[in-house]
Amino acid sequence: MRNRRSRRGRIRPYTFTGGRTRSRHPLLVQTLVSAADANTEAPSTLPPEAQRIHEMCRETRSVAEISAALKIPLGVTQVLLSDLADQGLVYIHPTITGHSPSENQVLERALRGLERLFQ
Amino acid sequence: MDSNASSSSSSASGRSLVSAKVVVAGGFGAGKTTLVGSVSEIPPVSTEAVMTEASEQHDDLSSTPEKVTTTVAMDFGRLTLEQELIMYMFGTPGQARFWFMWNDIVRGAVGAVIVVDSRRLADCFDAIDYFETSQSVPYIVALNRFDGELPYTVDQIREALEISPEVPIVDFDARDRNSAGNVLKTLLRYALSRPRQPDPVG
Repeated sequence: MRNRRSRRGRIRPYTFTGGRTRSRHPLLVQTLVSAADANTEAPSTLPPEAQRIHEMCRETRSVAEISAALKIPLGVTQVLLSDLADQGLVYIHPTITGHSPSENQVLERALRGLERLFQ
Repeated sequence: MDSNASSSSSSASGRSLVSAKVVVAGGFGAGKTTLVGSVSEIPPVSTEAVMTEASEQHDDLSSTPEKVTTTVAMDFGRLTLEQELIMYMFGTPGQARFWFMWNDIVRGAVGAVIVVDSRRLADCFDAIDYFETSQSVPYIVALNRFDGELPYTVDQIREALEISPEVPIVDFDARDRNSAGNVLKTLLRYALSRPRQPDPVG
């Protein structure tokens, strides 16, 4: 505490997230998200970063793509997206991990897709 | 090419989209980003993760003794495999000191490719250790043929790196699109062939 230094120009990412570092939704880097209603503007009460994220979600994108495009660190993007999902403003798409045999069908579709793309 | 299984025509906003992730690991300079770039439909994108770690190994940030945040860049690419099925390839940070963040990147991956520069085998030890020990996702080893030559046979490399006999080892050229795509095919075939149990009880 004694050594507090002024770090002008630096905003701690946690400022945006109210100190939270974990999201409640299973938001992995590859998870796709889209605005629940692409024609609706984000409520102006949202923090500016959340508004920008919501704006980007008008097209379906992954968490990593949103983070990269807006230059918001992944962890912060995940927490803000989680909040948007809580408020019903964004939809979180399912992610395939292949860890359960029930996902074999999707994995096989993925393999067929690769076989079409790469000869 | 649209599959008839995805006939939910109500998906104006693409509600039925699903995604999957493949992790590309390996030593620094082994060809991870080259592989991602060769197969990706977009130029590889870099994103930053701010990671928090215990500060004991750092002494340059003594003013914040409790935590240290490190910014780590990851490269990723994308492949649309079907209209509603998108796969992302994530290149893990190559430097050993970022190993602590692997769990976050690897979690939920369909599988991993460890890219090996066969001239510098020792560089991939950490990556192979990680995947052999964690057993969390299936992985394959891809030997990057930089100059069209491999100084060792696949068997010699398997022995040198202590890779389990069932793990596929392929050689490829990371700069070649089809060659790199074949690596991904091998990974998915291997992931499908592995016995998987539904979630263990207890």
